[in-house]
Amino acid sequence: MTAAPSSTESVVTLEGVDKYFGDLHVLQGIDLRVRRGEVVVVIGPSGSGKSTLCRAINRLETIDGGSITLEGQPLPQEGKELARLRSDVGMVFQSFNLFAHKTVLENVTLGPIKVRRTKRADAEKRARELLDRVGVAHQAEKYPAQLSGGQQQRVAIARALAMEPKLMLFDEPTSALDPEMIKEVLDVMVDLARGGMTMIVVTHEMGFARTAADRVVFMSDGAIVEESTPDDFFTNPRSDRARDFLGKILKH
Amino acid sequence: MDDLLDQYDLVLQAFWLTIQLSVLSGLCSLVLGTLLAAMRVGPVSVLRGVGTTYVTLVRNTPLLIIFVFIFVAAPNLGWFTDTAFLTLGVVTVSLYTSAFVCEAVRSGVNAVPLGQAEAARAIGLTFAQTMGSVVLPQAFRAVVPPLASVLIAMTKNTSIAAVFGLMELTGRMRYFSNNSADDTVIFLVFAALYIVLVELISAGAIVLERRWRAAR
Ligand SMILES: Nc1ncnc2c1ncn2[C@@H]1O[C@H](COP(=O)(O)OP(=O)(O)OP(=O)(O)O)[C@@H](O)[C@H]1O
Ligand SMILES: [Mg+2]
Repeated sequence: MTAAPSSTESVVTLEGVDKYFGDLHVLQGIDLRVRRGEVVVVIGPSGSGKSTLCRAINRLETIDGGSITLEGQPLPQEGKELARLRSDVGMVFQSFNLFAHKTVLENVTLGPIKVRRTKRADAEKRARELLDRVGVAHQAEKYPAQLSGGQQQRVAIARALAMEPKLMLFDEPTSALDPEMIKEVLDVMVDLARGGMTMIVVTHEMGFARTAADRVVFMSDGAIVEESTPDDFFTNPRSDRARDFLGKILKH
Repeated sequence: MDDLLDQYDLVLQAFWLTIQLSVLSGLCSLVLGTLLAAMRVGPVSVLRGVGTTYVTLVRNTPLLIIFVFIFVAAPNLGWFTDTAFLTLGVVTVSLYTSAFVCEAVRSGVNAVPLGQAEAARAIGLTFAQTMGSVVLPQAFRAVVPPLASVLIAMTKNTSIAAVFGLMELTGRMRYFSNNSADDTVIFLVFAALYIVLVELISAGAIVLERRWRAAR
């Protein structure tokens, strides 16, 4: 069912994950396994639980049932141990969330210096390499507010990469961007995917899914309804809900 | 008036004592108030409760009563019996002012978008690191004017120490005043010295605001 992942070892495994917000059952027994080097695109209507899924994997949201393991280790409770584990999972938010009071360079070096105890000079050297890789090297001394949305999101990707994560989570990384900036961010992500990064990407960008994804996961009402290759999913969706959803997003 | 000129060294000593009271209390209040704010927004419910109770108790008690407690009641219970008056004054004013600093800082923390703390946690910062490196620096930038107001009120509040025998500005003013026409001049001189101090705080706040506005 999936296209060639570079290894069969699983980076993250979700088993029967349940999550409630009050009475609302937002994640309903989610089973998902992502292997090393695999790129999984999560797609689904608004409110289906995609963000909650990402946040649960990074433990920004606690879960009420089931288990999430990262390289076989269960996610620990809140505290130092959890902080360390979180640093192995990169997260890119829809709204960028760059640290507003820090320069671009400081945004990228904060994690390595505080969490990994990297020497400042080494952290800065590495940060400049990463900023160069995402195409914003000449903005290193600026503050986030001085950058375009596309540039900010690429800095956010560099910030996550600086932690050398085992897994990258992207929650609608391009949906707050103007059309002309979407491509520059997607290009960086395609590049990452080609480089073998393990990625879970919530996005409705079909172009990205077709080029970079090994697997598409379709969520609806808190459950995974369908899983298949991008080609199968977009040309031949099996469930009514997926067909219905694709009909809506293809219209515009 | 002649008294003032003849004994200007007493005036200067009083000014110096008010400066010490204000600066030391200011520093202690900022540290304690920030810690209280961190407790009140933190994940540990016991600490949140302690912070909330402290602020409620202290903010709703007149400063004069807290002075009485530290200067009179506490020594009667055997605490602070050998402590210097300056230290007692700093303790009293700091205990009181930190509750107001806490609330100012907390309103700043609430003004920082949630995504900032989430991004910090996502790269693996602990709660303390998230507060220290990401949330509090932005919170302070947002509350410079209200914090300045708190510190200005604090500076003027140090005058209550005069009631308990500290010869700071107000204490010294009472010593010089003698129910004559001169009193008006004496009052004006001492008021002017408070104004100098308070204006320094205002000026500092303006400088900080300018610098921080440039840096974003
Ligand atoms: N903190 C919260 N408290 C209560 N309900 C929430 C909270 N966060 C999300 N929800 C609800 O949980 C459901 C799933 O939300 P989630 O954000 O995961 O959906 P999504 O698939 O990411 O949607 P979108 O495409 O709009 O981003 C929604 O009904 C949402 O209203
Ligand atoms: Mg979402």
